[in-house]
Amino acid sequence: MLAKRIIPCLDVKEGRVVKGVQFLGLRDAGDPVELAKKYSEEGADELVFLDISASHEGRKTMVDVIEQTAANITIPFTVGGGINSVDDMKRILRAGADKISLNTAAVLRPELIREGSTVFGAQCIVVAIDARRTAEGKWEVYTHGGRNATGRDVIEWAQEAERLGAGEILLTSMDDDGEKKGFGIALTKAVSEAVSIPVIASGGAGAVEHFADVLTEGKADAALAASIFHYDETSIASVKTYLNEKGVVVRP
Amino acid sequence: MIGIIDYGMGNLYSLGKALERLDYAYDFVSDPAKFAEYDGLILPGVGAFGDAMRNIREAKLDEAIRAYVRTGKPILGICLGMQLLFNSSEEHGHNEGLSLLPGEVARFQGDYKIPHMGWNELQLKQLAHPLLDGVSEGDYVYFVHSFHVRVADPDVLLATTDYFQDVTAIVGRDNVFGMQFHPEKSGDTGMRLLLNFAKQCEGVLR
Repeated sequence: MLAKRIIPCLDVKEGRVVKGVQFLGLRDAGDPVELAKKYSEEGADELVFLDISASHEGRKTMVDVIEQTAANITIPFTVGGGINSVDDMKRILRAGADKISLNTAAVLRPELIREGSTVFGAQCIVVAIDARRTAEGKWEVYTHGGRNATGRDVIEWAQEAERLGAGEILLTSMDDDGEKKGFGIALTKAVSEAVSIPVIASGGAGAVEHFADVLTEGKADAALAASIFHYDETSIASVKTYLNEKGVVVRP
Repeated sequence: MIGIIDYGMGNLYSLGKALERLDYAYDFVSDPAKFAEYDGLILPGVGAFGDAMRNIREAKLDEAIRAYVRTGKPILGICLGMQLLFNSSEEHGHNEGLSLLPGEVARFQGDYKIPHMGWNELQLKQLAHPLLDGVSEGDYVYFVHSFHVRVADPDVLLATTDYFQDVTAIVGRDNVFGMQFHPEKSGDTGMRLLLNFAKQCEGVLR
């Protein structure tokens, strides 16, 4: 049976892993390649790197990080952040990444999803959506690292992304991100039921129980977290042991 | 020396690094005239079936691959590369494959998530096969695909996985092998399978 995936996320800035609370206030959390190796050994099913470098130098450093990661670990990983063209995608995939995550660039120019999907296949293209609740059962798409409201409905955008050739949705609940009180269950369930591609839930993990909730009630195919793993508040193994006890199928 | 066929489809870097970690020498090869220099070939592939076959034909790799297989040396198709070993695919219309193994490629169809994406368990069909040495029933490997192979002869199935149906995971007949998942991205099990293939290539030398 297909296992539910547990995915640590590494926000990388100028070659270092950082983590903030609700998109603000960054703290240093370590070397990306070392963390990637550690998580891979602990049983992570996949990794996501988000490049939040502000400089050209930082972006070049990211290619080195990708190459070193691919040379050292044997699980798939996704890279997002600042990818605006098929050429950007090619550079990152050639360095050894398995998937590309598009966020703001895809909202600004949705055809980018189709272009990437046509050249590299749908399985390579993850569309990341930052969502904030506006009313009961309604969420709005935000861009630029959560700073800009777009007026777009999250469900509609997820469906359009699928139509354009996205292979997966990485869905972040901004209302819950960094709060450690649990994932956005209603949001995740609504999106997962509205599309027929896998959905990765992100934002809000604070305890092992939260993973079980979003993977069952929230109907997510995978769950992503950052600080809870970076600061050793829990381990991937503890999360998986708990999920196993709850009858959620995970890779040992 | 193992040759990884470079025909412009997909990322070869991780695969090369995986062979490097296993201590096997490899080259990326795009010139069919050089195939004879290798003890084994790997046909990788990410993307669309039709595009891949067009690239293969334009580079005159199809005849060279068939000729290579006739020499008895091993070849391993990975992901789309495995699908290309079969007769045909219905991806974006009908496309002919390399016809080294009997079967067709069809899209997943049903009320479930597509692509089939993530870690899934292997169900072994031929326990004594050398390609499966050290691999156990239920070991997990990483799948990511929207199309799957329907074999025309069950004897070529070495392992399947369960995704709302039996899905072809590993195939093999004589010196022709294929894996639907990416062994280089499938943890220890994947590395073991890659090692087993590399050993098949070594075997030819002895």
